[in-house]
Amino acid sequence: MVARQHGRTRIQRRPGGDDEPPRPSFVRLVVTAACALTIAACDSSAPSTLSPAGPAARQITGLWWLLFWISAVVSVVVFVLLGRAVLRGRRAGERVNTRSGNRFVLIMGVALPVLVLAGVYVVGLRDMRALQHDGEPAAYTVEVVGHKWWWEVRYPDDGAVTANEIHIPAGEPVDLELTTEDVNHSLWVPELAPKVDLIAGRTNTLRLEADEPGEYRGQCAEFCGLQHANMAFIVVAHPPEEFRSWLANESEPAPEPDTQPAAEGLEVLESSSCATCHTVRGTEAGGTLGPDLTHLAGRRYLGAGAVPNNPGHLAGWISDAQSIKPGNEMPPQPLPSEDLQALLAYLETLE
Amino acid sequence: MTVKPDTTTAASAPRAADDAVGERLSETWPEEHGLWAWFTTVDHKKIGRRYMVTAAAYFVLAGVAALVMRTQLAGPNGDVVDPELFDQLFSLHGTAMIFLFATPMLFGFGNFLVPLMLGTRDMAFPRLNAFGYWVFAAAGILMFGSLLFEAAPNAGWFAYVPLSGSDHSPGYNLDVYTLGLLFLGVSTTAGAINFIVTALKLRAPGMSLNRVPVFVWAIVVTSFMVIFALPPLNVANAMLFLDRRFGTNFFDTAEGGDAVLWQHLFWLFGHPDVYIIVLPALGIVSAIVPTFSRRAIAAYPLIVLATVATGIISFGVWVHHMFAVGLPDLSLTFFSAASLIITVPAGIQVFCWLGTMLMGRLVLNVAMLWVLGFIVLFVLGGVTGVMFAIVPFDQQTTDSYFVVAHFHYVLFGGAVFPIIAGLFYWWPKFTGRMTSRRGGLWSFWLTFAGFNLAFFPMHISGLLGMPRRIYVYPGDTGWTVWNLLSTLGAYLLTVGLLVTLGTLVHSLRRGERATDDPWGGETLEWAATSPPKVYNLPVIPTAHSLTPMWDERSLASFTDGIADDERVLAHQHAVLRTSELDGRLEHPPLEMPEDSPLPLVVAASLFAGTLALLLGWYEGTLVLLVAVAALCWWLWPHRSPIPEDGADGGGGQT
Repeated sequence: MVARQHGRTRIQRRPGGDDEPPRPSFVRLVVTAACALTIAACDSSAPSTLSPAGPAARQITGLWWLLFWISAVVSVVVFVLLGRAVLRGRRAGERVNTRSGNRFVLIMGVALPVLVLAGVYVVGLRDMRALQHDGEPAAYTVEVVGHKWWWEVRYPDDGAVTANEIHIPAGEPVDLELTTEDVNHSLWVPELAPKVDLIAGRTNTLRLEADEPGEYRGQCAEFCGLQHANMAFIVVAHPPEEFRSWLANESEPAPEPDTQPAAEGLEVLESSSCATCHTVRGTEAGGTLGPDLTHLAGRRYLGAGAVPNNPGHLAGWISDAQSIKPGNEMPPQPLPSEDLQALLAYLETLE
Repeated sequence: MTVKPDTTTAASAPRAADDAVGERLSETWPEEHGLWAWFTTVDHKKIGRRYMVTAAAYFVLAGVAALVMRTQLAGPNGDVVDPELFDQLFSLHGTAMIFLFATPMLFGFGNFLVPLMLGTRDMAFPRLNAFGYWVFAAAGILMFGSLLFEAAPNAGWFAYVPLSGSDHSPGYNLDVYTLGLLFLGVSTTAGAINFIVTALKLRAPGMSLNRVPVFVWAIVVTSFMVIFALPPLNVANAMLFLDRRFGTNFFDTAEGGDAVLWQHLFWLFGHPDVYIIVLPALGIVSAIVPTFSRRAIAAYPLIVLATVATGIISFGVWVHHMFAVGLPDLSLTFFSAASLIITVPAGIQVFCWLGTMLMGRLVLNVAMLWVLGFIVLFVLGGVTGVMFAIVPFDQQTTDSYFVVAHFHYVLFGGAVFPIIAGLFYWWPKFTGRMTSRRGGLWSFWLTFAGFNLAFFPMHISGLLGMPRRIYVYPGDTGWTVWNLLSTLGAYLLTVGLLVTLGTLVHSLRRGERATDDPWGGETLEWAATSPPKVYNLPVIPTAHSLTPMWDERSLASFTDGIADDERVLAHQHAVLRTSELDGRLEHPPLEMPEDSPLPLVVAASLFAGTLALLLGWYEGTLVLLVAVAALCWWLWPHRSPIPEDGADGGGGQT
């Protein structure tokens, strides 16, 4: 443009070589995005929505890639127009077009988007429909109760109760009935299904199905207070036969202690404060505030994914769970060393 | 259709008018100095600048909170802060950025610019305006001050019950939230009413609604949205406060209350609020693009309609924040459709800017560069926004880092970038100084790169299953590298913002003096001196087009008006009044109030009353009687000081 006043010249000078025209960086951005996402999709360690392991998650992964490519095309169209405007503006002798621009905006900003959005909406409805199961009965119904900050998992037909692990038969649909004991939570297993909230005063249902046996990480997705970050769980999909024997075993009461230390441990459990909060079926411990410990030894983690379940961590957890997961409901248990050892010996028998 | 004329006497007509009558006007609109004046001023420009400076300070504080969080999350099992502090930091970050930065900052722009763009001399209710500022400043002090007592809100910025109830959140944290937002809402509502009345009654003669700048339209639509969106939030906060303090059961499911009610009420406010933040920012873009495209905005009627439509449709999309709550599928399909439809007016705005640029002749300078960066980020945030309208995809990715990435593209890209663009664009008008081009370029490229490095990887960590609001994550989940990139990006972003700040501060001290109209802008604020005099424009012009500064007849009205007492209004502290639709002159002019300590007194006693409520010292709320007394004094009718017009000049002012 023509600088008319002294002092304007500097300000209105068209940019020199120091300004990149923005267009190449936009294209680079989209390509980088696609590459990064593809790499991420191959990262097998992550509980990724992009590596689905069940029909619901797979449906949504397909939806995602469709939305991604539509978004990429839309973005590139806008960025190319933007680049054109920048480049055209730098060309000498361009005249300003004085038309209102209504037609350009109506076509590019109304007609085309409405077509694309209508298509996207129809696809969205199709996938919503696909996620409904039309009354097809589930093989099992599992009750999941959210607590600050752990998951209670009940198999009402068989009497089994566990925590922070949802065992299911692979290839069979399972309904989770979701309620909460305190605040709102949200159950999310990205590789298997979209998340569903656990809402105070309501019961929600989530259908879960895994194609293959395996372990799938899940985590609370609705902020629920201090230890929201340590409210993880795993879904363990077994071959159907193995699942049935797991369930049968899990439904049994705790085995009688068959060693001296274990028997002493049971005594500690029943006589100390453990029993006020925890249940071990088949013993006098019947508390309901904390997780059911009847088959504790079979679990992978302690404290809803906080630490692996092994004797060292278990001892540490019992002595001072607050140092591992600050703010959780379990107070420190200053047991005498021999009592602690006996208790550990007993807990190890709870397979 | 107007384009910027290649040769014009643009700035000289207003300047000539100023030379002729400025001295007389300075007697009616004196420039006051000193401490008393500082506390009592009702000048919209001073208040606007205060809003901007205070909001910027709150932005820095909330940004520091974010930096601490990003440091904590740089690697797995971070232990920079404990979970209690982390929860307060992210809750305060969100609450402050939304309530104490974005809206007040844009209200600051509106305060400074709306009267100038309309060709008037102040807001319709100058004292209410001052009152709004004091309340806002105090609300921010309350919120950030609470962090010093470890009592900052800690249940997230949307504070879902039952977590935010007294059983699960004892302590003052959530009382600071409910009372702080109720208190702040007084300011926001007052500001909104003021903008609406100003824009409808104080426009320059001739400025019919189809000649109102898009920025002013955006501010007015935003103001209407504030008036309709805040009541649900206020009701929800009042109910939560009563539940917590006085044992009511609005949200207690065990006693017949409903926990989902909070979510509905909150998002019935919360989604319109997204547009309350974004629309004025888009208005800034609509002000900058025509100036640097050398033509009026393309498809003006469409962009105005799009702005109004966004305001209306935004009240019908709130359930897309609740797709995972377990509501009936049929209702979700409705909200899904509405959430898709609202992207159409956003698209219209984008193509209006693109059309303007494509049909104009682009001048690429620092402000325009920020606008270009904004368009890129806004489009990227927009396409992921469309994704969240699709129910199954939303259910999979909501409450993950994907949504964190999305709303930072929309809110940081869509609001902060335009705000910074606006700062560079209007800086000469705000301060009378030019900014360094080199500093501006560095600030843009560093911020743009830092922003994308910080927030783009969050899309990926979200897709990889990382939930938001976690203070630690294990190392074996594949999230580490993306989090590290985000943290590095956050530092780079900080450097960019510091360079921006440095460039602006440098300009204040060393910047070249600005001319009245350094960019050749098309709207009336460029007719004022840089910075504007207390009386804004020496002569109230007649607006003959949407782009009065590019149109000879409008410019001529400055010099023609020198001899017209009604257009100069030098003998009375008053502004012109015009009709709501056509901008026809009405009589008599509206007498404007003098500076007054009353706004500060009312705000201070309201603040004291809020503190008394917060601390449970209910007798202390009697201090609110001071506010009542001051309000009576404030509103007491007084005799018209404009006798020569005969009519009722005195009523209806504040």
